[in-house]
Amino acid sequence: MQMKEHKPLIVAFCCNWCSYAGADLAGNNRLNYPADVKIIRVPCSCRVNPMFVLRAFQRGADGVILCGCHPGDCHYTSGNYYTRRRMALLFSMLDYLGIERERTRVEWVSAAEGAKFAATMNDFVETVTALGENKRLEDLRCKK
Amino acid sequence: MQKINREVLLEKAVALLESNTVSCVLGWRAGEFDYDVTPFVFTDAADLKANFVWNDFCGANFSKYLVAKTRKHEGKILVFLKPCDTYSFNQLLTEHRFDRERVYVVGVPCEGMADINRVKSIAGDGISKIEFEADAMAVSTLYEDAPIRVSYADALSERCKNCKSKKHVAYDELLGDAGDVIDSNRFDEVEALEKMTPDERFAFWQKELSRCIRCNACRDACPACTCEKCVFDNPASSLENKAPANSFEEKMFHIIRAFHVAGRCTDCGECSRVCPQNIPLHLLNRKFIKDINEFYGEYQAGAEVGSRAPLIDYTLGDLEPGEVFDRGDR
Repeated sequence: MQMKEHKPLIVAFCCNWCSYAGADLAGNNRLNYPADVKIIRVPCSCRVNPMFVLRAFQRGADGVILCGCHPGDCHYTSGNYYTRRRMALLFSMLDYLGIERERTRVEWVSAAEGAKFAATMNDFVETVTALGENKRLEDLRCKK
Repeated sequence: MQKINREVLLEKAVALLESNTVSCVLGWRAGEFDYDVTPFVFTDAADLKANFVWNDFCGANFSKYLVAKTRKHEGKILVFLKPCDTYSFNQLLTEHRFDRERVYVVGVPCEGMADINRVKSIAGDGISKIEFEADAMAVSTLYEDAPIRVSYADALSERCKNCKSKKHVAYDELLGDAGDVIDSNRFDEVEALEKMTPDERFAFWQKELSRCIRCNACRDACPACTCEKCVFDNPASSLENKAPANSFEEKMFHIIRAFHVAGRCTDCGECSRVCPQNIPLHLLNRKFIKDINEFYGEYQAGAEVGSRAPLIDYTLGDLEPGEVFDRGDR
């Protein structure tokens, strides 16, 4: 039997004001990035509860990336500063539990950075593909 | 052996109760055995004199009880707080969980509390009586004729071995001498874990957390966990109070539990003390405390009332989540 090649599933939380528009710009500019990236639009990067990240892993994500406005550019003034602290602690904790640190990432992408968005996604998908399937934070009941 | 004995506490409590300074006393009452002392609200002086207990097993952190008890009882409540409890007390005041005016705090010095599991590991099961002597406990069991002597150092619970402070940060009255903040080695275990490879860490936590029975004792005892409505009680969340069906749920629960108290955890160690499965849950909380100290500067939750918790604060130059891993050899 031939093993099916593993296609990673990447969840990208994108803030409505910067990164989501950045993703739009990447599309408008016909920049390629893998279709493995599933974008979830959030009003602000600080809307992302640590539970969302874990939930994404539970439902089969192999990597989770959070994109928000550059620090200082938050539409709500300070949202992404809080995200930065929360995610720093959460990622450090996931690493402490032995979960591969490359599976999680935070990237600041502005609405003008379509190229950066595409490049970030390409790089992240490559990293996660190399890591393979998410085994350590999987929920077997969610496996098809 | 505690420096201040039962009689001193009792005298204080009776005096305050009879002078109507307080309307009730939050204290301990004997349980079925000498080691399972139970928190109890005394309203009657005669009852207090007959049943009040204070010994090396009075480890419960009473600050969280005040949230519910100040709502239930009229007047002032007398509470005995050990140094580590006063940090939780301050943290709860910071979060406006109860009215300071409703509580009369008597600070009790603490020599470290005993862990019954450690006593059992030395004396064995079937403990019928424990007598507290000056240098050791005399433990009588059903299977031995003579009492077995267990030294207080051997019986000391894990959290007390790494005691961070003997200083009372909040009190109305202090029994005994004021203590000081101690230079503890409480992050040693966390550092040892950090030095392991990811595979070893994963195996360690898989082994520990897989014992979790989701009794929620860690959450219920935690003085920082005082939400009126908890995410884990939501029946629609699929995370409600039930035994974990697989390893993901255990990890999810414990990561989120620790995250929800990050920056507010005073490291009182109640979570590990109450865990019936003896999971070292304090290692998760301490990791957050250690990280916060390293990333955002030294912070001790509850050291003073009104301090701003690190997670509801920020600076423009905070480190990026990706940089967390670029530090040093880690």
